[in-house]
Amino acid sequence: MAELTYRQAVAVALAQEMARDERVVLLGEDIGSGGVFKTLTGLTERFGATRVRDTPISEQAIAGAAMGAAMAGLRPVAEIMFSDFYATCWDQVANEIAKTRYMTGGQVSLPVVIRGASGSGGLGFGSQHSQAVENWAMCVPGLKIVSPATPSDMVGLLAAAVRDDDPVLVFEHKALYSMKEEFPVEDGTDHVVPLGHARVVRPGQDVTLVGLGFSVGLCQRAAERIDQEGVHAEVLDLRCLVPLDAQRVLDSVRRTGRAVIVEENPGQLGWAAAIGSIVAEEAFDALTAPPVRVSGANVPLPVATALEAAVNPSVDDIVTAVRRVLDPAPRTLCRPGVLNPSIP
Amino acid sequence: MTVGSAVPAAGPARDAAVDVYGELVFVRRFLEKVHALYRQGHVHGPAHVGIGQEAIAVGVARALRPEDRSIGTYRGHAHALARGAPPDAVLRELLGREGGICAGKGGSMHITSVEYGYFGSYAIVGAHLPIACGLALADQLRSAGRVTVCFFGDGTTNIGAFHEAVNLAAVWGLPVVFVCENNGYMEYTPIGDMTPVPRPAADRAGAYGLRPITVDGNDVRAVRDVTGEAVEAARAGQGPAMIEARTYRMTGHSCADPGKYQPPDEVERWAERDPLLVHRAVLVDAGVPAELVDEIDSDTRTEVDELAADILAAAPITGDNALTDMWSDGGARWRN
Ligand SMILES: Cc1ncc(C[n+]2csc(CCOP(=O)(O)OP(=O)(O)O)c2C)c(N)n1
Ligand SMILES: [Mg+2]
Repeated sequence: MAELTYRQAVAVALAQEMARDERVVLLGEDIGSGGVFKTLTGLTERFGATRVRDTPISEQAIAGAAMGAAMAGLRPVAEIMFSDFYATCWDQVANEIAKTRYMTGGQVSLPVVIRGASGSGGLGFGSQHSQAVENWAMCVPGLKIVSPATPSDMVGLLAAAVRDDDPVLVFEHKALYSMKEEFPVEDGTDHVVPLGHARVVRPGQDVTLVGLGFSVGLCQRAAERIDQEGVHAEVLDLRCLVPLDAQRVLDSVRRTGRAVIVEENPGQLGWAAAIGSIVAEEAFDALTAPPVRVSGANVPLPVATALEAAVNPSVDDIVTAVRRVLDPAPRTLCRPGVLNPSIP
Repeated sequence: MTVGSAVPAAGPARDAAVDVYGELVFVRRFLEKVHALYRQGHVHGPAHVGIGQEAIAVGVARALRPEDRSIGTYRGHAHALARGAPPDAVLRELLGREGGICAGKGGSMHITSVEYGYFGSYAIVGAHLPIACGLALADQLRSAGRVTVCFFGDGTTNIGAFHEAVNLAAVWGLPVVFVCENNGYMEYTPIGDMTPVPRPAADRAGAYGLRPITVDGNDVRAVRDVTGEAVEAARAGQGPAMIEARTYRMTGHSCADPGKYQPPDEVERWAERDPLLVHRAVLVDAGVPAELVDEIDSDTRTEVDELAADILAAAPITGDNALTDMWSDGGARWRN
């Protein structure tokens, strides 16, 4: 066992897959020297600049070339340096990569992975370098969406994404890059975590906390805090939004009767709404309180520490939400702005 | 290779030239049929034909090997057919019948025939130029000796994806040949109003270190020869090329557009340079009997009429495949 950071886990996963399958090639800006987040350190030295390809600052060309290469039999892994930059190549992602298999009646396969840094986590990157955009992708059928919460999951889920024959977007939370975990780095066996299986981070019977990526850790900390008050929360890490392990969420909520879903994106249209509606429609009989979301505030992300903290979901917000679902008086749940006091 | 050299009076070269005429006529009749069927309400959704531009699709296809790849736009019926895509399956797609080449999911704007090397028709202007780079990248990395040809319109030269793709192809030396079909118009606006240089593609090539190559897009042999040189250079590892083929679309932008903005004298001038007439003259010069050429014309007309009648007689697709083939497992489930 050795300690592995979430950052190193990206390279571990890609090295594992590149060694196994020579069709795996990497494309992206400044990746040859390890990438701006140093997530790809050592890969050029090991696999060469032909397979670890530096590109111009051309997100459309990067995403489009990844798609074309996939149609022609490679298994490209493209980097979009900051997930905010998806906006510059959203045509390729949402109109071409997501749709071409369906649109052609299944004539092509698109084993493309697009990965990169996303999210805020209080690092002060501002409105154009901090967004969690998994919800953008979730509006588009045809994209698989993965967001690892731990180093070992980064290895396993990224490896599974590379092995998947469909397009997968992998969102690496930039505030998790320095997270460490014990991991058997070089034991010779491949680590792969199949897509579409949520993880029970912590069992509990009073309330289900559902997180993804960075918000999993927030849920864990909230669960530890309320544990001291005798409230035992089950924490689920969704790992993937598509394919979604809805059954695991429903099973848990049927036991606990309560769900708090924690997303980093602005709540005005976030993925937690989709989970909440599934819970409401399919486990209504088991609910003792309406499902509740804790979301980012509906403003662009500001930079100053206090401002950024005010708009991101916090452990306090989750604890507040848990108290609300434990108090079954529905009036209090319906008032806008109660759950995240900072939501305008 | 000399562009537009005379066809000899007999032998395989003359036979090949007659074949090319047959292809041009077939594509023309097919596109005219699509236009007519659209007007009669048989085509669901928009349709774009390239009547007047056929020599580019046919000439380029003649310069390719079966294993080469091509990729194009919503105006892509000719390009699929020219590579060998089955006309029956293409027309079934357009008419929403069972056996459509994209199973009814693509329709007119997304005709694709991977089996015949045509990697699709894309309806977002410029989107497929980066994709063409990816196809070529895969072949370059495997030293496959394959070339990708990417067709696009004059209007496409003003969208960012064009510039990103041509730059990428040039810096990576990709085996891709870009073929601009300059038909004089974006949708309704003359391209000259929107481009600061007279040749929208060729005059931009230099910015990416490429030689500007222009060709008469209504001369099928010139297109074939010029493309052939570029394709073989790309195959030999000499990198990408930018060809601008000047042509004209004889109908509106889509089958719904009467093309009122196209001045009648302009249309007339281009009608005299119709690619079928141009090539017909070559055949007649080479001594091909006019009756043989006429026979090709009338036989093709009958063939396409019968094809359309047969397909129209079939029932429309039922729609039971709406939820298939989004994922590689053949299904479309996003959750359990
Ligand atoms: C990104 C984008 N913008 C606008 C359109 C609408 N549109 C469809 S075709 C077209 C004109 C394209 O002109 P050109 O590239 O010359 O091709 P042509 O139609 O002449 O073959 C436009 C503007 C589109 N499909 N995609
Ligand atoms: Mg045009």
